[in-house]
Amino acid sequence: MSSTEPSAKPPMPVPDELTQFFWDGVARHELCIQRCQTCGHYIHYPKTICRFCQSRDLAGERVSGKATLYSWTIATQPFHPFWVDKIPYTLATVELVEQPRLMFMSQVIDCPEEELEGGLPLEVAFVEMSSELTLPLFRPARG
Amino acid sequence: MPDAPEKQAIISGIGISRVGRKTDISHLDLTTESATAAIADAGLRPEDIDGIATMGDTPPEEVEQHVGGRVGSVAMVGTGGLLAPVMGAFLAVANGDARHVLVYRTVKMMGGSILPPSGGDAPAPPRPRPSARRAGGGGEGAEGMVNVMGDMAPLLTYGAYSAANWLAMHAQRHMYLYGTTKEQFGALAVNSRRNAAFNERAVYREPMTMDDYLGARPVSDPFGLLDCDVPIDGSIAIVVSSAQYGADCPNPPVRVESMGGSRGQGGWDQRPDYPKMASIDAAADLWSKTDLTPADVDIAELYDGFTFLTFAWLEALGFCGTGESGPFVERGTRIALGGDLPLNTYGGQLSAGRMHGYWVLHEACLQLRGEAGERQVEGAEVAAVSVGGGPIAGCLLLTR
Repeated sequence: MSSTEPSAKPPMPVPDELTQFFWDGVARHELCIQRCQTCGHYIHYPKTICRFCQSRDLAGERVSGKATLYSWTIATQPFHPFWVDKIPYTLATVELVEQPRLMFMSQVIDCPEEELEGGLPLEVAFVEMSSELTLPLFRPARG
Repeated sequence: MPDAPEKQAIISGIGISRVGRKTDISHLDLTTESATAAIADAGLRPEDIDGIATMGDTPPEEVEQHVGGRVGSVAMVGTGGLLAPVMGAFLAVANGDARHVLVYRTVKMMGGSILPPSGGDAPAPPRPRPSARRAGGGGEGAEGMVNVMGDMAPLLTYGAYSAANWLAMHAQRHMYLYGTTKEQFGALAVNSRRNAAFNERAVYREPMTMDDYLGARPVSDPFGLLDCDVPIDGSIAIVVSSAQYGADCPNPPVRVESMGGSRGQGGWDQRPDYPKMASIDAAADLWSKTDLTPADVDIAELYDGFTFLTFAWLEALGFCGTGESGPFVERGTRIALGGDLPLNTYGGQLSAGRMHGYWVLHEACLQLRGEAGERQVEGAEVAAVSVGGGPIAGCLLLTR
């Protein structure tokens, strides 16, 4: 496969027992994050044990989808054929409002480069990247 | 302070293969060149080697068959990152499990893989299998490296395919928090190129100006092409021996003062102190085992897979305060060959080429032995060496 030819095939996530809830949520257009049912901390990426209290009572819960921009990069070089015709795109680490330093790796859309700045309020948007793949991305919060 | 076991180890020999871009030389041939050179440099014969350790391409068994020596028993150090085989060798000779351990790293452009082969030239598809990280718990070496990267899977799904992307976000956060500038990253790259001019093996030796740096093709903002290391083919080997061999060593033995490592919690983006990385924990580990301080360090060979990684190491190792790496390297005088802290004296991965952390080690040994030629830092007695970024980091303090 040449890295210069666009490909319709996105790199597909393969849900497993720990991540199935996340992708089920995405299908319903809900952003779900694992939460410790004992101490209440959110945990990302999903784990089998809470790193705050070592409880194993963990479950996916819907979050607000509100976040602020923590850091970002404008990717101008595709490292996978699927992204060749999509550059440039803005990769971002966003901090979900539910908990300090609850970072979520995603992309920011609908935002000109000059408006990207730390702390920018964002909201989740579910975007169909291809017929097979929908991803939760973030855009500047409205209003 | 009780002596750390690694102090029982010395680096008795070093070797480097031919180095270049797309050389068409096989892994095994490159490895044979570096390994034979290192063994001879240590004043040994292949049959003296009773341990072989590496990470990535060219398995030790192949080296045993083609170069000689015995694979033996060298346990990888779980927190050492790409330096895990080196640290394992230190402990193996300290424990008496081996007397002379050959350690090497061989890379081929995009190769030198620590991940399983994916087939074809496309990146491996994302495999979000967090449970796999726990499979075979305690397993180290190549398998452990894969496991620690388990949180990468969501990054790949979002099109964050390269460490350039992941670390660009760290760099951006650093710029946001501390006012670090693109020109400051450039000062590091320009300094490295200046040093590379004195290294006949470096792949890029022609002068680079700040304008060249700023005008380079963008890759992942704020990184352009000259923020990224240069893929090469090559192999570097060292021989780690027990300290008793120091008296018989034909070349000046390089002593091991302390080592530090971390496979930090938080993966690439979940550390509460982001944009700090595992380098912080590895450096703390290193300094906890020595009476030396950053002020005692004469030269620093700090990992520069991307410019920002060196900035992170300068702060982690305490050569400057948190957020102060930009001003530290500014104008390049402090980090130049004649400066207070000569940095990446051989040209670094940015100009000499990417040896995944083993060229920094090789160069530190050359400098401490006083054999670095035109780029020799006079009187270099203590060297800091660091490798890695993100959730994996290892560092060494070496002395003459």
